[in-house]
Amino acid sequence: MTNEELQSYLTERFPEAEIKPGPQYVEMIVTNAALNKTARQLKQLDEISFDYLFCLTGVDYAENMGIVYHLDSTVHRHMMVLKVRTADRVNPVIDTVSDVWITAKYHEREAYDLLGIHFNNHTDLRRLFLDDGWGFPLRKDYVDEVRIVER
Amino acid sequence: MSEIREVIINNDRLATDEYLVNMGPQHPSTHGVLRLLVRLEGEKVLNVQPHTGYIHSGIEKMCEAISYPQIIHLTDRMDYLSAHMNNEAVALCVEKALQVEVPDRVKYIRTIMDELSRLASHQLWWCVFGMDMGALTTFFYGLRDREKILDIFEETCGARMTVSYSTPGGLMFDIHPNFQKRVKEFITYFRTKLPEYDKLLSGNVILRERAEGIGHLSLKDAIDFGVTGPSGRASGFSCDMRKHHPYSAYPFVKFNEILDHRCDTLARYEVRILEMYESLSIIEQLIDNIPEGDYAVKMKGVIKLPEGEFYQRVESARGEFGVYIVSDGKKNPYRVKFRSPGFSNMFALNKMAKGHKIADLVAIMSTLDLIIPDIDR
Repeated sequence: MTNEELQSYLTERFPEAEIKPGPQYVEMIVTNAALNKTARQLKQLDEISFDYLFCLTGVDYAENMGIVYHLDSTVHRHMMVLKVRTADRVNPVIDTVSDVWITAKYHEREAYDLLGIHFNNHTDLRRLFLDDGWGFPLRKDYVDEVRIVER
Repeated sequence: MSEIREVIINNDRLATDEYLVNMGPQHPSTHGVLRLLVRLEGEKVLNVQPHTGYIHSGIEKMCEAISYPQIIHLTDRMDYLSAHMNNEAVALCVEKALQVEVPDRVKYIRTIMDELSRLASHQLWWCVFGMDMGALTTFFYGLRDREKILDIFEETCGARMTVSYSTPGGLMFDIHPNFQKRVKEFITYFRTKLPEYDKLLSGNVILRERAEGIGHLSLKDAIDFGVTGPSGRASGFSCDMRKHHPYSAYPFVKFNEILDHRCDTLARYEVRILEMYESLSIIEQLIDNIPEGDYAVKMKGVIKLPEGEFYQRVESARGEFGVYIVSDGKKNPYRVKFRSPGFSNMFALNKMAKGHKIADLVAIMSTLDLIIPDIDR
């Protein structure tokens, strides 16, 4: 599907979600409550079948945290972006999608490690790169007086 | 009599006990600092758990404090064998955001450099794959040929591995006057040497016995785990970014995406060998037709990206490499994410190695072609 077709299909199919054309890919913004169900449908619906999650990014947007999912379909070769934001910035919680795309399991561990985003129902949520006592370095308010030199 | 009986019973219990072994972080077959926690029953692998972070350098965090042309130099240090592809990904992403169209000359040179990097990377992979399997000779054959590519890089870019050659808007400098001549010489040379690789290793009985049917990764799992590059294509996953989302000069050349449906270690081996032939043919199509013109477009002294989000996918030597830039309009990015191929590929290891012998684990890991700084970033 082209981006326009994809956008009209998604708008029709997911009336609660906010769908807008992005600079490159169609963007779909969902609430945390609808995330897992939406993700599952995006993968399973034959018309779109987004079976390949190629990138999962955690972002610290000053007032809250967000996760950006980049999706590709190996059947139809179209792409889209799924976005979700947390309500709370101090203790951000998002449902996992690792039961939909296995690769998310490890990308979510990375987001937990670097941003401190907690994933509900994740089977193996441990730190990936850093030690347990470490802060969350990709947060904008992270302070490390020893290793970060302000210029 | 009773003493002997006791020993036998103990041995029985020993044989059925499971035990945990740390493979790494300083194991020669990890080619970097990766620790695998392997659960074994005798020689049989029950579970593999990768533990990463030994070489985590916080590149994504560093990128938030520096300008776009500076980021190029950090990307070299992630997957140092695909340094040029990583540079190009950032350059393309910035160019896309600024809607800059680079001259055809830049596109051609970038593509040639891409393929030379891919060749050098696959050569090194072939060296160490042989070595991991116990065939040390391959190491000397592979490095002999790889040196020739690195010499070409050195002459044109001033560096052998961390080339930092692509930059937003074009290239750092024009190609060396000898570049075309030397690349053509190399192609003629390597066309005669590549069949040697097959003679030396591909047909080897020990290799085939140890590779055929080992480390099965089905197409569904490859997609689910996001295993890309030659490892994914050996499972029949058509994931070549050069074909599906062509960039630089790839739309102008003819080449085949090498797919294999056998899904095992041998398939991953053969896909890489065949890809080397494809790379040679891509370079041959381009090297005589490099258009005249500028090697870079004039960019502003301080590059500021418009507000928004930009994504660029390229094909590095080990799979899909992605750059995701979130910009708030300043001269440094708000957030950068590198989708590194090795990261996703590595976590499929457990799926592939389960049930095989520990020596097969080494071979399977070798065919995934992991570069640890690429995983840890």
